[in-house]
Amino acid sequence: MYLSSLGLSHFRSHRQARLTLDARPVALSGLNGAGKTNLIEAVSLFSPGRGLRRAAAQDMARRPEALGWKVTGTLQTRATAHEIAFTSEDGAARQVSIDDKPASQVALGRIARAVWLVPSMDRLWIEGAEGRRRFLDRTALSFFPYHAQAALDYEKAMRQRNRLLKDHVRDPHWHGALEAQMARSGAVLHANRQATVDRLTRAQAEAETAFPITDLALVQSEGELPGDEAALRVALAGSRARDMVAGRALVGVHRTDLAAVFAAKGVPAAECSTGEQKALLISLILANARALAQDEGSPPLVLLDEVAAHLDADRRAALYDEICALGAQAWMTGTGPELFADLGPRAQHFAVTDEDGESRVAPVA
Amino acid sequence: MKHDKDIDGLIALMARLPGLGPRSARRAVLHLIRKRDQLLGPLAQSMQRVADTARECLNCGNVGTADLCAICADETRATGLICVVEDVGDLWAMERAGVFKGRYHVLGGTLSALDGIGPDDLRIPQLLHRLSAEHVTEVILALNATIDGQTTAHYIADQLEHRDVALSSLAQGVPIGGELDYLDDGTITAALNARKRF
Repeated sequence: MYLSSLGLSHFRSHRQARLTLDARPVALSGLNGAGKTNLIEAVSLFSPGRGLRRAAAQDMARRPEALGWKVTGTLQTRATAHEIAFTSEDGAARQVSIDDKPASQVALGRIARAVWLVPSMDRLWIEGAEGRRRFLDRTALSFFPYHAQAALDYEKAMRQRNRLLKDHVRDPHWHGALEAQMARSGAVLHANRQATVDRLTRAQAEAETAFPITDLALVQSEGELPGDEAALRVALAGSRARDMVAGRALVGVHRTDLAAVFAAKGVPAAECSTGEQKALLISLILANARALAQDEGSPPLVLLDEVAAHLDADRRAALYDEICALGAQAWMTGTGPELFADLGPRAQHFAVTDEDGESRVAPVA
Repeated sequence: MKHDKDIDGLIALMARLPGLGPRSARRAVLHLIRKRDQLLGPLAQSMQRVADTARECLNCGNVGTADLCAICADETRATGLICVVEDVGDLWAMERAGVFKGRYHVLGGTLSALDGIGPDDLRIPQLLHRLSAEHVTEVILALNATIDGQTTAHYIADQLEHRDVALSSLAQGVPIGGELDYLDDGTITAALNARKRF
């Protein structure tokens, strides 16, 4: 899939921008603060969720006007083209429309997919488990559009149970009823996550890639992996007394972590060099994109923010070759056009500049 | 526009009703005034009567104008079946279908720790009392398919586990006249899991 047009109105630093595109990768070059990441943030809205900065709709409005904003695009999929629009008026929540009809995030997830790598993910392997879990769940969502609903259901039941724990309500029937809800949605989450890890592992094994293979596994920060619905229900009931002391659930799928090992060296990702950690992430993003291309028949949108600058010339060339071979419309940002020289006519090049606090985007011949 | 104070007050009250806003309330009030004899007068009297007599059924939580609602007072509906619903609106929906011939039990909400609604706020003890008092043989859980609704259903099921009473819940799946293409993934999954021999 690819965007054949993208329009931004009062979105972040862009007052108005309109890009006409083809299926090739998109190279955006410009100085720091010119508005490159804002542009790919707009593209990230095309996959369900809050976008690559996880920002609230009101924070995406251009300042100082803060009038609200609009992002529109024509998404070319294998079957057809869709006109997709995102709007937020005067600080209100983001609205999605597909082909001029209001649509849900789930409906969006059925037709549009995007995977991304941004600098804030550089610390993914060394930060807390929450970031990795979010990465895992976003990847799972790219394969299973209903993953988000299971996550919401789990979260809701857990919040109710946490309140019981904090209020020291001891009614075992009430606890049991909420644990049954957590177990049902938790088992779905766990199965999706496991299937995601398996799918990424297979996609890495099947590809010839210059990037290192990552051995992935689900691990539990405490206790055993959740298992199926019945096992999860038993585990939650068994942990009730300890949970009461802690005031929150100590077992469950919200305690799952993603363990990664640099396969060729047998070294955990957290102990790899900064460059190697980045390479592992690129490897996973590419594996995710390849798997989606295979399963869905067309590659997702790929967003790589400031990735080129961190790779040596050989790796950079390898990345470009793999993206072109994948046939993905990869949106890449960099501080100078020389970073994308290797791509030549294989990509469409744009310059992003800042003029008096307003971003401008222009094609580069 | 400025109206008479009493009429303004009536419009403001009407606008608070579900389904009405200020504009539709103005239209409704104007209509009532024009049809004073046929509509406004009888409506006012009817509302006054209901205001004087409306109360919750002591047995099931339905609304009526006597201590026992019409359904609980009807001996032919003592079939040994009790259908548990969240609120009176759900009971009315079931009654519209006209299929269920047993009695109801209105919980008055769902369990919600976050909103401070516990079992004792939900007429669950009254339900347990009714099981033996009314020789109930089956309890049908007709609760909403939300997290809170299903949590409440589990809670009740747990309470009834050692009682000599059959427990069932409404089926979930394809609505009558529905097209598969328009169903969400969860509904299709539920329908497939609950498939039956043709």
